[in-house]
Amino acid sequence: MKLITAVVKNHRLDDVKDALRAFGVKGLTVTEASGYGRQRGHTEVYRGAEYTIDLVPKIRIEVLAEDEDVEDLLDVIVTAARTGKIGDGKVWVVPVETAVRVRTGERGPDAL
Amino acid sequence: MPSGASAMHSVSLAADSLDTGNTAFMLVSTALVMLMTPGLAFFYGGMVRVKSTLNMLMMCFINLGLVTLLWVLYGFGMAFGTDRGGFVGAQGDYLGLNGVGVAEVWPGYDIPVFVFAAFQLMFAVLTPALISGALAERVKFTAWSVFVVAWVTLVYFPVAHWVWGAGGWLFDLGVIDFAGGTAVHINAGAAALGAILVVGKRIGFNREPMRPHNLPLVMLGAGLLWFGWFGFNAGSWLGTGDGVAGVAFVNTQVATAAAVLGWLGYEKVRHGTFTTLGAASGAVAGLVAITPACGAVSPLGAIAVGVIAGVLCAWAVGWKYKLGYDDSLDVIGVHLVGGLTGSLLIGLFATGGVQNDVEGLFYGGGLDQLGRQAAGSFAVLGYSFVVSFLLAKAIDRVMGFRAPEDAEIGGVDQAFHAESAYDHAAGGSGLAGGTRADGNPTGGHDGTTRGETERPGTSLKKVDA
Repeated sequence: MKLITAVVKNHRLDDVKDALRAFGVKGLTVTEASGYGRQRGHTEVYRGAEYTIDLVPKIRIEVLAEDEDVEDLLDVIVTAARTGKIGDGKVWVVPVETAVRVRTGERGPDAL
Repeated sequence: MPSGASAMHSVSLAADSLDTGNTAFMLVSTALVMLMTPGLAFFYGGMVRVKSTLNMLMMCFINLGLVTLLWVLYGFGMAFGTDRGGFVGAQGDYLGLNGVGVAEVWPGYDIPVFVFAAFQLMFAVLTPALISGALAERVKFTAWSVFVVAWVTLVYFPVAHWVWGAGGWLFDLGVIDFAGGTAVHINAGAAALGAILVVGKRIGFNREPMRPHNLPLVMLGAGLLWFGWFGFNAGSWLGTGDGVAGVAFVNTQVATAAAVLGWLGYEKVRHGTFTTLGAASGAVAGLVAITPACGAVSPLGAIAVGVIAGVLCAWAVGWKYKLGYDDSLDVIGVHLVGGLTGSLLIGLFATGGVQNDVEGLFYGGGLDQLGRQAAGSFAVLGYSFVVSFLLAKAIDRVMGFRAPEDAEIGGVDQAFHAESAYDHAAGGSGLAGGTRADGNPTGGHDGTTRGETERPGTSLKKVDA
């Protein structure tokens, strides 16, 4: 089992979510995040005081997946999230020991 | 303005019986000016960081409590009682507003003493609230409250007498201040400067970004201020019979509009953008500048006053970064600079024929009025600055003006008010993980969680009803 984490532009969330659902993903977790990559930040002005805002708002999507689906899911996410402009985000995968469905106590793939 | 203007106020000079129209107008104007204090609280409250929001609101709101009582007890008498040496009203007059007749009319006018006192009260409430923006996010709430009590007593009540009280020395000098350019705005701005020299900068000033946390709140506050200001300015004529209040009303709108454009234009040239905060700030700068001048200039003059104030104040708010003082929300940049601008420009743009016949330099009046305006402005500036500085120093010595470091870093909302302005958790209070001091969890969705936090043998202490 693997955890796929994708940090994407806020306005790509709906497309990524719909694409994952179409693929058959049964659940995901979304968090508002902020950070920077090559895009860096932007400048804001308040009464003449200019502030460099380093951290850009992003959406973090987390999906648990079975090993054999991971490559396909990466393609699905990246295709749906891509705009081709700087700041499109990143996706990474880490191994997961197990997962438990809280209501039933099911473990492993059954809990997905 | 008020009683001061009485000598020049030909229409109502003869009046000594109550006029229903003027009284109704003044009751409405009084309520409008009252709204400016909560309006200012929002204007300031949106500009501070999240952790200081409630404290900022409270630093303004508390004045509605404190100053109202002081005004009734002795403030009105100090400001508008029988003159003593041009400096202050006799303090035996109007104590507790005791003995004032129900239909007793303010001398020279046709509105009740009670209505006049209530109208002037709202000015006394607003003026110390203006100062609070300079001290945002870093002073003890109790120390601030003590400062307000002492400041209105030693500074506002006497200065209001100088400017508007019958026999006040600035009034006798011929200084024109229709609604409070000197007594309110220069006064509050100079006091802010005195107080911040004692209190010092916020931790991280000029190093960490201190962005306004809620600009819609700032815009709401600016809107309420603009609305209330019609009562502040037009109401200051204390009547409607001769049309002067109408001119003041129009000039208030025109100058404010011009100042919004002036501030935005300056920003566009200097910083390349039109900001929301700039528009809101420009409005307040224009309102401040037209306050003393709204009964002296023409609508075209009001445009000049507004544009000049908008540009000057937009420039002045940057001084603090170069000079290294933390006037957090620009009380000096907007109220001191805007108040001086409006007061001095009367010396140039007064047309004569509105509130009185004084003409400024551009209308053939020479430099005399400009000199009088400068004398009045700098007298108030100097007195307010010195007394406010000493007062802040004394409070700092006795009880400490500044919040403890951990309170400032953690946020003065929690340190002094035990509250947070917003629940940021999407799931309501549940995600905040709170537990009531009596042991009841605030985040539970049903009764089952309650039992889990109640340990046997633990006595529950009720802290509220």
